Amino acid sequence: MTTPFYVSPEQLMKDRADYVRKNIARGGSVAVLNYDGGILFVAENRSRVLHKISEIYDRVGFAAAGKYNEFENLRQAGVRLADTRGYLYDRRDVSALGLANAYAQTLGTIFSEAGGKPYEVELIIAEVGDRADQDQIYRLTYDGSVADAHGFVVIGGAADEVSRVLEGSYTEGAHLGAALRTAVAALGRDGAETRELSPTQLEVAVLDRGRKRDRKFRRLVGAQLARLLADEPGADEAAVSDNGNGDTGNADGAAASASAPATGDGGGKSGAKSGASAEQGDILDDIDEVLEDGDDEGGSRD
Amino acid sequence: MGSAFMQSGTSSFTEFLATYNPEYLPGRRLAALGATGGTVPLDVPHGTTIVALTFPGGVLMAGDRRATAGNMIAQRDIEKVFPADEYSVVGIAGTAGIAVEMVKLFQVELEHYEKIEGVELSLDGKANRLATMIRGNLGLAMQGLAVVPLFAGYDLETSEGRIFSYDPVGGQYPETNFYSVGSGSVFARGALKKLYRSDLDATGAATAAIQALYDAADDDSATGGPDLARKIYPVIAVVTEEGYRRLPEDEVSVLVHEIVEARYGAPDGPKAPLR
Repeated sequence: MTTPFYVSPEQLMKDRADYVRKNIARGGSVAVLNYDGGILFVAENRSRVLHKISEIYDRVGFAAAGKYNEFENLRQAGVRLADTRGYLYDRRDVSALGLANAYAQTLGTIFSEAGGKPYEVELIIAEVGDRADQDQIYRLTYDGSVADAHGFVVIGGAADEVSRVLEGSYTEGAHLGAALRTAVAALGRDGAETRELSPTQLEVAVLDRGRKRDRKFRRLVGAQLARLLADEPGADEAAVSDNGNGDTGNADGAAASASAPATGDGGGKSGAKSGASAEQGDILDDIDEVLEDGDDEGGSRD
Repeated sequence: MGSAFMQSGTSSFTEFLATYNPEYLPGRRLAALGATGGTVPLDVPHGTTIVALTFPGGVLMAGDRRATAGNMIAQRDIEKVFPADEYSVVGIAGTAGIAVEMVKLFQVELEHYEKIEGVELSLDGKANRLATMIRGNLGLAMQGLAVVPLFAGYDLETSEGRIFSYDPVGGQYPETNFYSVGSGSVFARGALKKLYRSDLDATGAATAAIQALYDAADDDSATGGPDLARKIYPVIAVVTEEGYRRLPEDEVSVLVHEIVEARYGAPDGPKAPLR
């Protein structure tokens, strides 16, 4: 009979943390920052359908870095939790804090569980409030630690480098375009050299305080994103005014709190249809890409 | 986060809720009591008349504002037409309490699918989900607590407005041009038959819908006519390529006043040519 080796808890946790950190460090970064109209999410992501940034609920957005299947699992769990809470209580009772706590417990349990492998993910949960001082941004790490951030926060492989750049360049209350360009410039300086990120390499979304309908999450895609990045005159105003005119707000009555104006995806609504079918065509390409990326260690990391 | 939330497998919120706690679903409670057959001796509020009609580029749905419990008016300003999501609308007739709960669940169902899958359900997919929910209510329907919704939406694939009707056991039927449900539906449908034409615009469709509801209220005591004194007018919703839009009250008010004014001279409404 073999005698099992004794491994001290410190060593065990350190090994796990090292393993996770090493794998997260290989992927791209995601930056989340406040701008004058809400909260901006920017990620480097070549795929248009395998999202790193998503809607969880009306005012709550989700960003993740690390292993796709693991954070996608967490995202879906968050959507289920939020939809259940919103259905059983009220839409206003779904908060980023509640979700962040639920995620923290889940990640903490998975990290310390013997036998299993810790999740190789970092998450940001953000909630846009009615006023700027009510905005909340939480950063969660693989071991379940939670930190609340003000102004900006970065997760992913080059989080430290990008944060350092943002510390120098981030200004409070910037317009959407300016905040976006600041974030994109910072994400491009994640290594020794400075890279220029083009719109096709970016995934961008906002939680837009001024949006008329309940669901504040909106993706910025295509020409709109390109115009904002290029700092074209009028791009900011165009992006802000494209705010959804669904007049669902006054459909009160008993089910009003559950009124669900759909299409979380931004852009023009008339473009939604063609966008959706084009996306489905691209999904195979994306999956191929992810598989290739993951060849070296048999995992798919973005 | 409980393990139920972490275990994936379905994009349907209703199915998820059924595994999480089936008691939360409408229609499961009486079934759980083991009650069978027989009419529930309850005078619970019932919703009455909903009409829907298509026009080039969209569909319109309108509902009166009355809920009745037996011979009493339970509520005179109830709303029975709701947005199901950005491109569809649902109106309810039948037991109001269960119907409103079902609409609320249906709204979450559509939003949930969209968030989990990243794409919207097709219009037929949405209509089928609603049929599944009504089937879940069969036990209560057998006891007299039936829910009969009317579903309509803009089909992004075919670029047209479409209407779906249902029966209390969950049968689903695509309708052409116009349809109505609820206690006053026979009178409303008769009126629509004479008023409908395929080249109506949204305002024309709204006018036809108000005329039809007026005729329903004229002959059905459970359908409420426009209440000019209290400024209670039908709820009118339009779905086009632009998405769901509820007509603002001032727009509806103008149309209603025109129609009521004209009825002073011709109480039976506009006359259709004999041939």
